[in-house]
Amino acid sequence: MSILLAASPLSHPFFQHALLAGSAIAAASGLVGYFLVLRAQVFTADALSHVSFTGAMAALAFGYDLRLGLFTATIAITLLFAALGRKARPDDIVIGSVFSWILGLGAFFITLYTTSRSTADGTAGVGVLFGSIFGISAGRATVAALVAAGVCLLVLLIARPLLFATLDEAVAAARGVPVRLLGFGFLTVAGISAAEATQAVGSLLLLGLLAAPAGAAIRLTDRPYRALALSAGLAVLEMWAGLFASYAIPKMPPSFAIMAAATAVYAATFLIRRPSTRSRSRCHSLIADKDVIRRGLLR
Amino acid sequence: MLLADASAAAWSWNLISDFQQMWSFPFMVNAFRAGAIVAVVSAVVGWFVVLRRQTFAAHTVSAVAFPGAAGAVLIGVSAVYGYFALCVAAALVIAVLQGNGDHEESALTGTVQAFLLASGFLFIALYKGLLEGPQTILFGTFLGITASQVTVLLCVGIVVLAVLALIGRPLLFASVDPQVAAGRGVPVRALSVVFLVLLGAATAEASQITGTLLVFALMVIPAATAQVLTARPGLSLMLTVLLAFAATWLGLTAAYYSPYPLGFFVTSIAFAGYLLTLSVRALRGIRGRTGVPLPTEEVAA
Repeated sequence: MSILLAASPLSHPFFQHALLAGSAIAAASGLVGYFLVLRAQVFTADALSHVSFTGAMAALAFGYDLRLGLFTATIAITLLFAALGRKARPDDIVIGSVFSWILGLGAFFITLYTTSRSTADGTAGVGVLFGSIFGISAGRATVAALVAAGVCLLVLLIARPLLFATLDEAVAAARGVPVRLLGFGFLTVAGISAAEATQAVGSLLLLGLLAAPAGAAIRLTDRPYRALALSAGLAVLEMWAGLFASYAIPKMPPSFAIMAAATAVYAATFLIRRPSTRSRSRCHSLIADKDVIRRGLLR
Repeated sequence: MLLADASAAAWSWNLISDFQQMWSFPFMVNAFRAGAIVAVVSAVVGWFVVLRRQTFAAHTVSAVAFPGAAGAVLIGVSAVYGYFALCVAAALVIAVLQGNGDHEESALTGTVQAFLLASGFLFIALYKGLLEGPQTILFGTFLGITASQVTVLLCVGIVVLAVLALIGRPLLFASVDPQVAAGRGVPVRALSVVFLVLLGAATAEASQITGTLLVFALMVIPAATAQVLTARPGLSLMLTVLLAFAATWLGLTAAYYSPYPLGFFVTSIAFAGYLLTLSVRALRGIRGRTGVPLPTEEVAA
């Protein structure tokens, strides 16, 4: 009976589309998220998630396709952040000030949209904020999957130099790695994947898709490539678990189910392993950490 | 009916009559009172947030107000309890888990934030009858603030400010140089926990007016502006309060005379101030480098 229940959703087209788009988006988020966590740029991702909301609302208010606004806003803001910060790593205070203002702008656009357009859909704002993956159409799902696949490919291409630049910026720069350019490039890719993830889980929740699998992967292994693969794999599995769970329990929105799965996996990693050398001395463990990763890189 | 009257009014450039006209409505008087309290409290707390570089924690605590309010509505109690309970609880969780690792910490904070927001969404989905939907909780409203709400805001605000005044000096020391402070016997960790709880309370206050997504603006932008302008702690603290107060009252006035939301005006005014200070500083820097005669105060310095 339970097998039947689990197999039946695959026959519905809306579920197939959600699964196609969701898997690709989750894989991209897992890969990008790993680097975001490693580079201590989770707050930047948080900012991006809110910016994507304003972008989408602006596009709706002016009558364009929602995705146009999503991508334009996130990419423009990542470039702005990269330009503002030293070595393409912006300051938290600047990020906070900029994105809280942009969020205010989002509040303005949502009012503009709901009051000015006669065809306005009152729940559009909620859809952007919290996602509506079961409502994704076949065409949109294909485009989302293709873009996400492109993001994955890009991240894998720049993975090695980016890892080097992340762990030891000075040495990487001395060895001729274009550190600044990589920073820019990576933030742009992060922007694209944030815009993608907004379509699946919504702008407020995409942070969980970026941070939770990566955090879990980093807790489970010290080896960088293994962690990268694990992060992507976990993200995809959590996405599937969330989709099936929310199909089984219709009262539960898919975004919540996905976040719950991601959080549960992350929480489970706290029970499985660790605090061995780590909790004793933060400084030492960090150095040891980097050493292990560097050795892994050189091998 | 009140609303219809309010939107019919027009801005006249005669400030006294404008304010008289606005304050003829009790709800606007309450809004201005609440705005003043919230601006002062969140500016002072935000000043320490910026000094301590805890923006991510502050943003997470403010986001958490959303499930708090949604959950309270779902189980049928006043949203005020939800705000305070969840904001303070989230602050405590962050305080307890703080400092366990380097990049793990930010991943954890991010996951906590996303999960709680998702829970808020679940509560809203379960509670079908929510009239205005989640947008009021997220983006705030200044309509319908009652006199008793203002009293609660005032009491909590006074407590927060009093505690902050008590621990202000050691907290400043611990924020600027934690290692030396710890060496001198200042309880750095305990201070950080107390501060996070204060942050939770202040956030819960401000969320009720600006909405959970925009509290963060009121906390961070005025403080960031003031700390660009001056490095002296006392002066920049005063500037922060002044800026937050100005942004809130100007925002309220603008929101009263236009159909757009309060949060938009408050954040835009605050951010315009920030941009202005940044560009003034940049201009000064350029002038200093190209050798144009400096203003007297810079020469003196």
